[in-house]
This record gives sequence, C-alpha cells and structure tokens, in this order.
Amino acid sequence: MTKANRGARASRAGATPYLYLAPAVVLFTLFVAAPIGYTAYLSLRRVKFSGLGLGKKSRTEIFVGLDNYRAALADGEFWDGWVRVLGYAAMVLTLMLGLALLFALLLDSARVRLPRFSRIAIFLPYAVPGVVATLLWGFLYPPSMSPIHAGLHAVGVDGVDLLSPSTIVFSMVNVAVWGGTGFNMLVLYTQLRAVPRDYYEAARIDGAGELAIALRIKVPMLAPALVLTTVFSIIATMQVFTEPTTLRSISNSVSSTWSPLMNVYGDAFVTGDLYSASATSLVIALIALVPSLGFLRLVRRRAFGEER
Amino acid sequence: MRTKRLRTVLTALLVGALAAGCSSTPDEAAPQETGPVDLTFWTWAPNMDKIAAVWNAEHPDIHVTVSKQAGGDEAAAKFLTAAKAGNAPDLVQAEYQMLPSFVAAEAVADIKAEVSAAKAQFSDGIWGLVTLGTDGVYGLPQDSGPMMLYYRTDLFTKYGIAVPKTWDEYAAAARAVHAKDKTVYLGGFSSKDPGWFAGLAQQAGGQWWSIQGESWKVGIDEGPTRKVADFWGGLAAEGVVDTQAPWTPEWNAALNNGKVLSWASAVWAPGVLSSNAPDGKGKWAIAPLPQWSAGESYSGFWGGSSIAVAAGSKHRAAAAQFATWLNTDTKALDLLIKEAAVYPAAKGGQALLTTAPDYFANQPDFWAQATAISSSARGFTFGPNVNVAYSAYKDAFDKAVQQKSSFGAALTAVQEATVADMKKSGFTLVS
Repeated sequence: MTKANRGARASRAGATPYLYLAPAVVLFTLFVAAPIGYTAYLSLRRVKFSGLGLGKKSRTEIFVGLDNYRAALADGEFWDGWVRVLGYAAMVLTLMLGLALLFALLLDSARVRLPRFSRIAIFLPYAVPGVVATLLWGFLYPPSMSPIHAGLHAVGVDGVDLLSPSTIVFSMVNVAVWGGTGFNMLVLYTQLRAVPRDYYEAARIDGAGELAIALRIKVPMLAPALVLTTVFSIIATMQVFTEPTTLRSISNSVSSTWSPLMNVYGDAFVTGDLYSASATSLVIALIALVPSLGFLRLVRRRAFGEER
Repeated sequence: MRTKRLRTVLTALLVGALAAGCSSTPDEAAPQETGPVDLTFWTWAPNMDKIAAVWNAEHPDIHVTVSKQAGGDEAAAKFLTAAKAGNAPDLVQAEYQMLPSFVAAEAVADIKAEVSAAKAQFSDGIWGLVTLGTDGVYGLPQDSGPMMLYYRTDLFTKYGIAVPKTWDEYAAAARAVHAKDKTVYLGGFSSKDPGWFAGLAQQAGGQWWSIQGESWKVGIDEGPTRKVADFWGGLAAEGVVDTQAPWTPEWNAALNNGKVLSWASAVWAPGVLSSNAPDGKGKWAIAPLPQWSAGESYSGFWGGSSIAVAAGSKHRAAAAQFATWLNTDTKALDLLIKEAAVYPAAKGGQALLTTAPDYFANQPDFWAQATAISSSARGFTFGPNVNVAYSAYKDAFDKAVQQKSSFGAALTAVQEATVADMKKSGFTLVS
C-alpha cells in the first residue's frame, strides 16, 4: 500500500462523520440559523422616508446600527410588560406545577377511583387550543352572563369585576393553569409509573404510610421530570401572548403592550415595523434564556446527579 | 454508497427549490396585455366570489380569482408583507385610512391614467380619500360609512326623551336616562374603535393629518377633536355613558335587551344590529348625528374601503378595468348591494338603494335619510401612519376609561405617539 493511498483512505474516514452530520446541519442552517441571522440583519436596519413619503423613491432602507435595540431597551412599557409577566409566571408556575404534582401523586396512589377517567378528564383541557380556552373563559368572566358571578352573588359577594386592571392577571392565570396542568400531570405521572414497585413495598415494610411514601420516595424520584416541566413552563410563561391578546378584545384592561411578546406583534403586524420587532424579539429570546438556564444550573446537580 | 448519493441529490434539490422560492423578484408592471390574464383579488366583502363570477362570465379575457381575507389591522400587515415579498395579489381591498401607508410603502400603483374617467361617479370628499390630496389616484372607492344616530324609538318614548339635535341635548338626555335607571345608558363611548372616534372628530371639523407643501401636519390634539374628547370624557367621568368594551357578548346583550338606547354608528350598522341585537327588529330608527351647534348638519365617516391595484401587478390595466367595473357599473353596484351588503361609494350605487333593510322595515325612508346624511359627511386626509395613531388611541383611551382620567390627556398621548413615529421614520413635519 502506498503512502498516498493510505492518506486517501484516512481522509475518507475523516469525512464520513461529517456526511452523517450533513442533513442535520443543513436543516439547522436553513430553518434555524438562517432565520435568526435574517432577524439579526433586519434588527440593524430601518425604513427611512423623506418629505411626505408618498412620491416614488422617497423610501429607503438604511443601516442604523444598534438604534432599534437602544429604543427597545429604553421603552418603559417593555419593562413594565416584563414585570407583569414575571408576576403572572410566578403564579402560573406555582399553581400549575403544584396541582400537576398533586394530581399525579393522587392518581398514582393505591386508593384512587376511576383512574383512567380522572387522567383523561384532567388532561383534556390541554387539547383545547389556547385561543379557544381563553374565549371560553372570556365568556364566563363578564358579569351579565356568567355563572361565576351568579355563584359569587349566592354567597353574598357582589361587584367583583374579573376583567378590571387589578384582577385580569388572575383571570389569565386561571386560563393558563386550567389548560396546562393536564400536560404536566401526565409527564409527572408517566415518570411515576416507571418507579419500581419494590421501593414502595420496602417502604411499607419499614412502616411508611402513603403520605410518607409520596414525600420521601416519589417526589425525589420525580426530580428530573419536575425540572423538565419547570423549564418548559418557564419558557412558555415568558412567551405569554394568547391569553392577554384574546382577552384584550373583551376588556379595556389589557394594553397592546401587556406582555413583551405583544410588543413584537404590535410592531410587526399593527404598525408594520419589522425592524423594531426583530430587535425586540432577540432581546426577549436572550432575556427568556436567563431564567431557564439559571434554573437548570441551580438544580442540575441535585436532579441528575451530575458532577461538575 | 447509493443511498449516500441519493441523499446528496435530494439535499441539492431541496436547497435548489428553497433558493428558487426565495429569488422571485417583482418586475415593474407591464401594462401591455396579450391573451387572457389571471387576476387575484384580496377582499373581505362577503360573496365577492359570486360577483367576480358575473364578471368572469362577461369577460373571458380577464379572469378574476377572489381570495377571501380577514379584515382589520392584520389584513393591511399581510398585504404589506406580501408586497415586500413580491407575491402580492393584483387587486386588494384597502380601508381608506390604510391607503396612505400602502402608498408610502410603494405597495399600490398610481392608476390615474386608467381610472380618472370614473372621477365624476364620486363625491369630491370620497375621491379625496383615494388621491390623498396628491396628483395620483391610488384606488377606486368601494364603500363608505357615513355616521348617524341609531336609536330605540320605543325606549326613547318610555324614558321620555326626544331625539337629541345637538350634543348638549345628547348629554342632557344621557343624564336623564341614567338617573331614571342606573343600569341603562343612552349610549356608549368606545375606546376600542379609533375609526368611530375619528368619524366624530371629522364631524366636529378635525383634521388629523394635512399636507402643507412638502410637509405633514398632525392635528389630532387640536380644537375640534379636543372638543369631542372633552365631551365624552365629561360624560364618562359622570358615569352616564357606557364605557365597556364593544363587540363583546356583554355589549351585544346590552344592545339587544335595551340597556343601551342608542348607538352613534355608520351606515353599515343594520347588519350588525340584525345579527347582534335580533330582538330589536322594527324598534330602531335613524336620525342625523347630534350637532355641535344648533342648525348645522355635518356627519363623519366610520370605515369604508377602496379597491387598489398592487404596484407589483403585471396586469395593471386589466386590474384597473375590473376595479372600475366593480365600483361604477350599475350591474356590479347592484350586486355589491345585494350580495356583499355594501353601501356603495358611487353616486349611481346610492340611487339603487330603494328598499329599506329588513331590520328597519318600520322606517321606509331609511336610504333617503342615509343618502341625505351621507352628503353632509366630511372626511379628512389620512396620514402615512394611521395604524400607529389608532393603536395609540386604543391604549390611551382604554387607560383613561379604566382610570377615569382626562380624555384630553389621552388625546395628547395619541398626538405625541403619532408625531414621534413620523419623526423617527423621517417624514418632514411642519414644526
């Protein structure tokens, strides 16, 4: 075998992994990297008009550097939106994951009745699209037609406006929790079914009751699934859009910039400013990354037993 | 080895197809036509496909395909995006207030040469909405929305109030009605309908945008509109007008069960009332809007749209020919009225309206009244960023209604947001 021959074979072996990688790389480039790149490119530009802007050639696209980012970061409404979303996210995360955990543990306990029906009943709202869910609840909130108000009236509580500026966030949390609990419950429940039954038997022999088993064995075993659902939920709540946008049409209490993502939508599709929308999108992506990565970092060692 | 090669080929094909999909660029329009042409038409008017079918049967050389769109802000954004991407339709329905931003984005064509003969068919006020006060013509007016007062005849009698002739009388009636029954209102203020407020500002003589030489002037926060804002702000602060969000089940219920006695709306309201307040059939009537000074007779426009030809259309002449037929031909106007429930902008179309809407069977002179009101309506020039002003209106007045704060301050916020956006975009403004 000549030297040259060996060299060729070595280089062919070297190329093989790249060939296997190629489809993934091509798809990633086309459908992830390229759109992000184009967004970044747009975010550095803006349309400039001259004079009345009505004649031919009075419109040019110019490079503006980081101006769009400066404007996005200097917008007080944008930060107010983040404050609203953080409050919303804190409530949704605690309530939704708390309920999901509770339901999963209950369904997994030995004494549950009608397990299959209960599982489906809790999961079903997840199959309802967000817009439909919000409309459905939206019809239940206004006073004149709502059984909620009738119920409150029956117990002597009157004049509660579920769509006022101070209460609307709870109305949104309610929709999100209603819609999201089932999915998270199912993830946790599936994980619970994978726990070997021997553990419970051993615990019972040691004298542990159902509650002790749940708290001392099941919850720790669920840690990886809890981390997963928490990260997904953090990302989802940061991007809240459907609930406020849909409720906005039936209430005066939701501004067009209630959540940061609504800023992007308004810029892109109401005022037609794709450039500001691109810059704000990238800022939102970066901001949403922080709590997700932060949480993962915080819990990684405990949940997955990884050594650093 | 074979599969690897196959994959390479497939990848190459995929990349090629994607590249081809992205690379089509709009050509400059070529008005010369040979052979049959296909036109696409974006519209949200109901049954437009049936009207296009009539045209297609009569004109084998120009085939129009209707693509039904949703109306609203998104319709404008969708068209602008399509125009930018080079795949806009040939014809597009454009609300009058969106036309300037379409022109500024160079998304619609100047069709003056093709359609100027149709000018005589329209009133000067309406024609101004498609010329934008320039030398060009950017569309053909399709419908218009002159505003009038819709009121419940039976309940006006019940509460002992006369049809208000002036806004002062309206305010007094609003107080009287609400004093008699705390759950009932004479009418409502809508923080969700900037077009409604713009119509009332037009009636008062407001000019939100105007062109002075080569500069724009923004006059939203000026005398006439201020007067309108302060009027409604006062009534809202007193709590004698309904400020709930309109177009909701709750609002429909109030219209239907007589909790709201009147609605300052446009000529298209019968369609809304018949579907949202079916129980009121035969109980509503129309009157001119209350006036700012006794003896005047002015109205404004709420809504209305034109048919424009996209700048990227390769069949400009054919498209303009269809748009002209649709909005001026007697047969087409008759179809627009009957099939699309449109109040036509063309004078010839208004003459075709003889039978009152079914819902207003109690008022046989409905169309005569509407036409008289229409001729007294004054419009204004729309600027290039109406969407920004309208969006700011919703946010500012939503807040003012919720916090019961000054409507004047809200109006100032709208003016400031509009001016700031125009400055940022580089338009020349009168300082």
